[in-house]
Amino acid sequence: MEDNFIKALAEIVGPDHTLSDPESLACYGYDSTPELQSRPGVVLLPGTTEEISRVLTLCNGAGVRVTPRGSGTNLSGGSISFDAGVVLQTSRMNRIVEIDEENLTATVETGVITSTLHREVEARGLFYPPDPGSMNISTMGGNVAENSGGLRGLKYGVTDDYVMGLKTVLADGEILKTGGKVVKDVAGYNLNHLLVSSEGTLGIFSEITVKLIPKPQAKKTMLVHFPQLEQAALTVSHIIAARIIPATLEFLDRVTIKCVEDYAHVGLPLDVDAVLLIEVDGHPAQVEEDAAGIRAICERHGCSFFQTAATPEEALKLATARRVALSALARMRPTTILEDATVPRSCIAPMVKLIQDTAKKYDLLIGTFGHAGDGNLHPTCLTDERNPDEIARAHRAFGEIFEATIAMGGTITGEHGVGVAKKKYLPKLVGESGLRVMRGIKGAFDPRGILNPGKIF
Amino acid sequence: MDYVKLINCMRCGMCLPHCPTYKETFLETASPRGRVALVRKFQEGELVQSEKFLEYVSLCLDCQACASACPCGVNAGELVAEFRCERKKEQGLSMMEDLILRKLVPHPDRLETATAPLRLYQKSGMQKVVRSLGLLKMFPDALGRMEGLLPALPSAPLRQTISEVTSAVGKEKGTVGFFLGCVMSLIFSEASIATVRLLSELGYKVITPKAQKCCGAPNMLGHDMEGLKEAARFNTELFGSYDLDFVVTDCGGCGAELKKYGHHLDGDAKASSFSAKVRDISEILATEAVAFKGKLKPLPLKVTYHDPCHISHCQGIRSQPRALISLIPGIDFRELAEADACCGSAGTYNIEKPQMSDRVLSRKVENVRKTGAQYLVTGNPGCLLQLKKGLSEAEPQVKVIHLTELLAMSMNA
Repeated sequence: MEDNFIKALAEIVGPDHTLSDPESLACYGYDSTPELQSRPGVVLLPGTTEEISRVLTLCNGAGVRVTPRGSGTNLSGGSISFDAGVVLQTSRMNRIVEIDEENLTATVETGVITSTLHREVEARGLFYPPDPGSMNISTMGGNVAENSGGLRGLKYGVTDDYVMGLKTVLADGEILKTGGKVVKDVAGYNLNHLLVSSEGTLGIFSEITVKLIPKPQAKKTMLVHFPQLEQAALTVSHIIAARIIPATLEFLDRVTIKCVEDYAHVGLPLDVDAVLLIEVDGHPAQVEEDAAGIRAICERHGCSFFQTAATPEEALKLATARRVALSALARMRPTTILEDATVPRSCIAPMVKLIQDTAKKYDLLIGTFGHAGDGNLHPTCLTDERNPDEIARAHRAFGEIFEATIAMGGTITGEHGVGVAKKKYLPKLVGESGLRVMRGIKGAFDPRGILNPGKIF
Repeated sequence: MDYVKLINCMRCGMCLPHCPTYKETFLETASPRGRVALVRKFQEGELVQSEKFLEYVSLCLDCQACASACPCGVNAGELVAEFRCERKKEQGLSMMEDLILRKLVPHPDRLETATAPLRLYQKSGMQKVVRSLGLLKMFPDALGRMEGLLPALPSAPLRQTISEVTSAVGKEKGTVGFFLGCVMSLIFSEASIATVRLLSELGYKVITPKAQKCCGAPNMLGHDMEGLKEAARFNTELFGSYDLDFVVTDCGGCGAELKKYGHHLDGDAKASSFSAKVRDISEILATEAVAFKGKLKPLPLKVTYHDPCHISHCQGIRSQPRALISLIPGIDFRELAEADACCGSAGTYNIEKPQMSDRVLSRKVENVRKTGAQYLVTGNPGCLLQLKKGLSEAEPQVKVIHLTELLAMSMNA
């Protein structure tokens, strides 16, 4: 990037917040996506909406491309600039603007960390449910851009279900306000929901208003073992069919169980196919009733072990196996490829089976865990980037897994986004017409194509 | 450096919210993930050791909070330190480093002689004169900062006055060796006197070998691996000549280093068995909680606890100090927000990187203020120095003491 252009950008955000030394550029050439790296031309850390707007006006005029970035925990390469453009990091904009207890909303700047918002609202007896795995560092702007999910998706939904209003800087620097604090709003197209999961391609969020709900009064945690995968899968379907919606319904497969046990020694048996972690929350009476119902269903489907936590400490202990699943897997090999294939919940058993068969076929180590309740699985391939043959087999395996996902009526990504990592699978999922509509929308928002180019399609 | 250790980082970013310098700057280059990337790209030949490169790498406090947070077991702090040790080995020690790390630190008598003027400086009233006249402004910044960190010194280093053997009170249940840290001996002797007393009250015979040398942590900070190995060999040999159940220390920094002697000497059997015997004082006392409880008298105080990095992140000790404080009847224990975040002391970091150190310290002081505690308890001399300085400026009503001092206070109440 030309020095004069960098100078002009530095005049907007300040020289301290403009990075162009090779070391910084190298460190902003990656996010959490394995394998992908590319150095940007410059990194900016604006402090206000106004600054973002001026940066975009300048870049749009010059045709310079801009990739927004929160904390860089994206798992599909979405926050990497592949054409030496501007990376715009939003972390400095981290003020909680308002928690409105009358309207039950929170308004935050885009760089607020998700778990910071959790803490602040929970201290007031309120609840913001979306809890992606990276919530201790992910930013709210990033969560909206990727429509992040989490462990509580089954009962409480995902980020999109909570976004009420957005302040978005458009490609030409104009500021667009959509939605607000009203529950009902049918004035024109629902632009809020169009902007959610736009992966930085339609605009850069500067302020976000989300819906809050009352914090559940009680919670119960259960851990269940199943000798056979099908028993666990049937249990999941029958819990939902019995009109019980757990807050959490998580699953670990045999490979993951072994890794977890080797790493954390939590007392998991090595001869079972599946472990479920189930949490119900709500009114104390309802929680008791749901927990009893779940126990009966688990026993009817042949669980070999069922434990309910008696205290919060015990609950934490039961949840350990699920909490450490990714760590336990990631330690096995240097390179961890974490995917998020998602199928209708009734297809969990065939999907897990297919993943295991594919792993065998390509001679790979794949552990699967994830959100069984909403069909969002995390097949995690443990590999070594120094072994190109193994990496190639991993890609072929995931290609087959995604094809099967689509055939089952599922989706190629439940919560990580398309970015560049899943781009080649998208046409198969949405078809030509889907792509045409998406391209039309992109053109309407960003005619010069400067916002996060090369992502999604 | 083992390349696999670098590529084990999956760049998930879980370390970022735990890194004090990232929290202050939001810069990837000031984060553990960024530092691993920098070192890796240097190894791969993609980056060179420019001035900026060294500046970014040296901003690491080596507090190892990132290691506690890492899902894949990467220790970015240690990797950065290892990288700097390797570079130092190539360059060799400077004259000043050689003087301090090889000729001064490993010799307790020379260290004590060298610090004698400081004791005189305080005792003679010179310190008061210097401080009131603002004479420090005439000296280089680093000297001024060191002076500001200096609390009231004991009249003599504890190593000179402590008896080599302290017998157990009542029936003897075992023998422990006491590893007396340099800074504990020179500055916080009251705390170490309390430590020895607590051990003896619990039935341990305490041996404090007078010949012991510095644990080698300063060498590690100076990236002088050879000096560190020398210290490890000496202390292993010395403590090995006694029949000890445990080697106890009340210095978090020493404890962390002593526990790694086996590792530093490449798995040497003697050093490994020495390391296996090392305990932080809080570990020993916590296992004796039942016996201990009867000896404690009420202290109606509001107390909070700061986890030293060398005790929490490096040794994994978190619950024991809290459990011990809560044993004291009448105590109002208040958990500190971000209790295991570095205070900014980090060896000599507070002198080398004063600006960042002060930012990290201010955050700690603010969190302490929010607890409303009258006493801030901790277990490492570096933290004691740093927190005393920070709180005496911003919250002078809060007293900063070592865990063993608080426990001794309760026994004497």
